[in-house]
Amino acid sequence: MTASWQPSASARMLRARAKLLAGIRDYFAQTGVLEVETPVCSFFGTTDPAIASLSTPYQDRSQPTGERLYLHTSPEFAMKRLLASGLGSIYQICKVFRDNESGRLHNPEFSLLEWYRVGYDHHQLMSDVAALVLSLLDQSREVEKLSYAEVFGRYLSLDPHSATPGQLRECALDHQLPITADFQLPDRDAWLDLLMSHSIEPELGKDGLCFIYDYPASQSSLAQIRAGDPPIAERFELYMDGIELANGFHELTDAAEQEQRFHKDLEKRRENGLPAIPMDYNLIAALRQGMPACAGVALGIDRLLMRLTGARHINEVLAFPIDRA
Amino acid sequence: MASYSTNEFKGGLKIMLDGDPCSIIENEFVKPGKGQAFNRVKIRNLKTGRVIERTFKSGDSLEAADVIEIDLQYLYNDGEFWHFMHPDTFEQYQADEKALGDSVKWLKDQDFCTVTLWNGSPISITPPNFVILTITETDPGLKGDTSGGGGKPATLETGAVVRVPLFVQTGDVIKVDTRSGEYVSRAKEE
Repeated sequence: MTASWQPSASARMLRARAKLLAGIRDYFAQTGVLEVETPVCSFFGTTDPAIASLSTPYQDRSQPTGERLYLHTSPEFAMKRLLASGLGSIYQICKVFRDNESGRLHNPEFSLLEWYRVGYDHHQLMSDVAALVLSLLDQSREVEKLSYAEVFGRYLSLDPHSATPGQLRECALDHQLPITADFQLPDRDAWLDLLMSHSIEPELGKDGLCFIYDYPASQSSLAQIRAGDPPIAERFELYMDGIELANGFHELTDAAEQEQRFHKDLEKRRENGLPAIPMDYNLIAALRQGMPACAGVALGIDRLLMRLTGARHINEVLAFPIDRA
Repeated sequence: MASYSTNEFKGGLKIMLDGDPCSIIENEFVKPGKGQAFNRVKIRNLKTGRVIERTFKSGDSLEAADVIEIDLQYLYNDGEFWHFMHPDTFEQYQADEKALGDSVKWLKDQDFCTVTLWNGSPISITPPNFVILTITETDPGLKGDTSGGGGKPATLETGAVVRVPLFVQTGDVIKVDTRSGEYVSRAKEE
């Protein structure tokens, strides 16, 4: 590797980052949300099959044979334990780590703002996210809210809750996505992701902030599922200029359901030949004890900084991206 | 044959796609925070020069293409093939009309070209950025005009036709930029 000691971000950009962080802390100070810190390394990791964890060996007197510590991919589990302890609404700004993610919008180590509002549902939290982002922008921007079904209807004339994988493939080929006729994807959700990322996302948030909410139950992750036909995951994402900036949930508080979802994730990991990850029993225990009803969201600080400054590549907003780390 | 996984994709990587050797121009990693990751890739077909887009599921892999680029000296054309030689090993290569493409109009004996080899055979030829060629035919220009405004067509020894300033005459030696096909200046025969 050739030496490149200089930062890839300009001094102007690094000052914009400091200002952004100060603006975020200011917003939460004014709205009465408490800043917290939780461990970066944990004996447990995320079971989500779509997210790969970095890990490190760990030894001390109580662990003479050595243990594996997982670098957190988001501070969600630990923050939920704080919520269960009765701390109230909280936020955290921290570095999180995801293996195998690097590109124009990805760096394996990146800055996340995660916060939880006790008593909120996902719609109230969307308004909170909008208020925060608007407070950080120089000019006012439009705020749009569309359901997952509405955007699929608008851009692809398709019902994402009922379409079969075969119909989704046909739709992708009809819309001339650059795939071959024999292109294979593991499941229905992957086809939805293909259409979302290629045909819909680039159109979202061109004039400001665009929230997409109410996802298929199969993409619930850690969101509550609202019973109905079809059942709906109370989850949302924020887009600006076609870029995904935040992902939020009306949080699942049911311990048994949470444990079941972890097991499902692990089963899917086994099927796909992915490493097994120890599920976080501390989170299950906290939920069993009782976590207040709340909504939570994670927002990518680096991407928000890209939007604020017009940067095209994440390396322009990071002092030292992975190739200089 | 080796293969490359999507996480090894980067500009310049040579891969096989639909049976043809290709070069990756641009690789964009696309991944929803929660969901399937993709690589959206811009790819140049090295045989046709055509650029296409293709999306892969992250983790998929493609066969590597045995493609190298070397500088070879152009020797002669035998009517069917154009012959090139490696200056150190003296190994000779023959390229057909398809591999030559438009480059044929800039080829002059002894000049060095960048030759793309696939499985050891030339599939494309890139002439030097600048070539020095003699004008075989051009209309006589007006005497005393040195401004270069306007210009006129001139046929070169290789058959290429370029626009030259009016003061340039048949028999003159000129320097041409092969990338744009434009006249650069008059030159001294080397």
